[in-house]
Amino acid sequence: MHDDLQPLLLTFQLALTVTAILFVIGVPLAYWITFSKNRFKYIAETLVSMPLVLPPTVIGFYLLIVFSPQHFLGHFLESFLGVRVVFSFTGLVIGSVLFSLPFMVNPIKAGLQNFPMSLIEASYCLGKSPWETLCRVILPNIKPAILTGIVMAFAHTIGEFGVVLMIGGNIPGETRLASIAIYNEVEALNYDTAGLYALVLVLISFFILLVFYYLNRKPLNIF
Amino acid sequence: MIKLNFKRQMHTPQGKEWLDIDLNIEQGGFVTLYGASGAGKTTFLRILAGLTQPQEGYIEVDGEVWFDSRKGINRVAQQRKTGFVFQENNLFPNMTVRENIEYACRDNNGRSSIDEWIITMGLKGMGGQKPDKISGGQKQRVALIRALISQPKILLLDEPLSDLDTHSRLNLQDEIIKVYQKTGITTILVSHDLSEVFKLSKKVFVIEQGKIGRSGSPQEVFVNNDLSGKFKFTGEIMEIHGDGVLNIVTLSIGNHVTRVVASDEEIAGLAIGAKVIVAAKAFNPLILKA
Repeated sequence: MHDDLQPLLLTFQLALTVTAILFVIGVPLAYWITFSKNRFKYIAETLVSMPLVLPPTVIGFYLLIVFSPQHFLGHFLESFLGVRVVFSFTGLVIGSVLFSLPFMVNPIKAGLQNFPMSLIEASYCLGKSPWETLCRVILPNIKPAILTGIVMAFAHTIGEFGVVLMIGGNIPGETRLASIAIYNEVEALNYDTAGLYALVLVLISFFILLVFYYLNRKPLNIF
Repeated sequence: MIKLNFKRQMHTPQGKEWLDIDLNIEQGGFVTLYGASGAGKTTFLRILAGLTQPQEGYIEVDGEVWFDSRKGINRVAQQRKTGFVFQENNLFPNMTVRENIEYACRDNNGRSSIDEWIITMGLKGMGGQKPDKISGGQKQRVALIRALISQPKILLLDEPLSDLDTHSRLNLQDEIIKVYQKTGITTILVSHDLSEVFKLSKKVFVIEQGKIGRSGSPQEVFVNNDLSGKFKFTGEIMEIHGDGVLNIVTLSIGNHVTRVVASDEEIAGLAIGAKVIVAAKAFNPLILKA
């Protein structure tokens, strides 16, 4: 039973890690995209949204190439830092962070864009720095947008297949996630185990979204 | 002394126009900026607060240079210490009344005076309420306390009363006078309500075509010198009714609606909504016990 549960546990471990990293990256990135006057910021916006349109295998393919020990970056990481990215949990995290980036950044960006500039100016006039204004005024008032980003990033990471298969492979206990395990079990004609994984994923996804929509059942217009 | 001399291009419905300001304001004075919508009154306050940058110019407050385009000096809004009360109050919706005020405190001195301010401004018992649970007048009182508690050098009031009903507006006008008398802080009020200008300020600057046109006491600026009325009120025209012989002008003055007979010359150039001064010259009014 322990072995059966492992892909599920690994999936949630990955989803939690990726969501936490994306939150730390996503808020500053969305803030920069929204408020920066840099005229090339649309390039950053485009790059962030690329995973929405690219097949996951394309991103997985490039990650596999870049981080393979035969190439510079992969070689450098492995020989100098002792970190192997391909076919490891680290690789899964990197791939999933890149692939779920728009799911975290875009909702937060939308929340920031709809946030009244006049409240930010009021805070500045009271002597507060942009950082304090972000933490105490902006973020608490765009909670629904942040929650959307967190839920979407988490749920999307749970459901990821293409990128993680390409860069992580199918190593039990290390990179075999629930979505890959289902594929694996079906190939081995173990429909019962595949069905168990599928059911667990369906139920968990359903309850995450149910709680999310329950919390957001009030109109989002908080001003 | 506040020295202002700046230029800023504005985009108006009539096209591009320059806001070209050159004026000095006495330390501790209460002045009003009066002008039509789009005249640049709000832009003036925003430039002073550091929220909008002028194309060129010089701003000095109490001997500190806040902006000097020649020397490349431009203090950010955080370093200017202006208490800005906005037209739409801009209270932070995630914070209670008390938290909104606390957020603005710069030190413990400010924190210890929160209760006193809350009571003085008639907000006792409302400290725990969120802004969406209190009235428009109460919101502006909180915004006023919040601006004052941040220990500003200048208080900037951008039509803070324009969205309020008459009763709340008159009450808050009294509060503003009280606050000014208590703190003696240099205050710049933006308004296009003549009765407010007369009630609150000693000095008024009129912005016309992007420049300070007339200035002086409200009496000097708005009342013709040849008019030696025994009593005067400012009001707004609600209706002009003429039957060929007489013109009856219906006016709203404060809370009251009244009718006045006017000659053709008097109503020439006046339309519904115009702000006017109603003065009596030739008779002595009766005073009766109410």
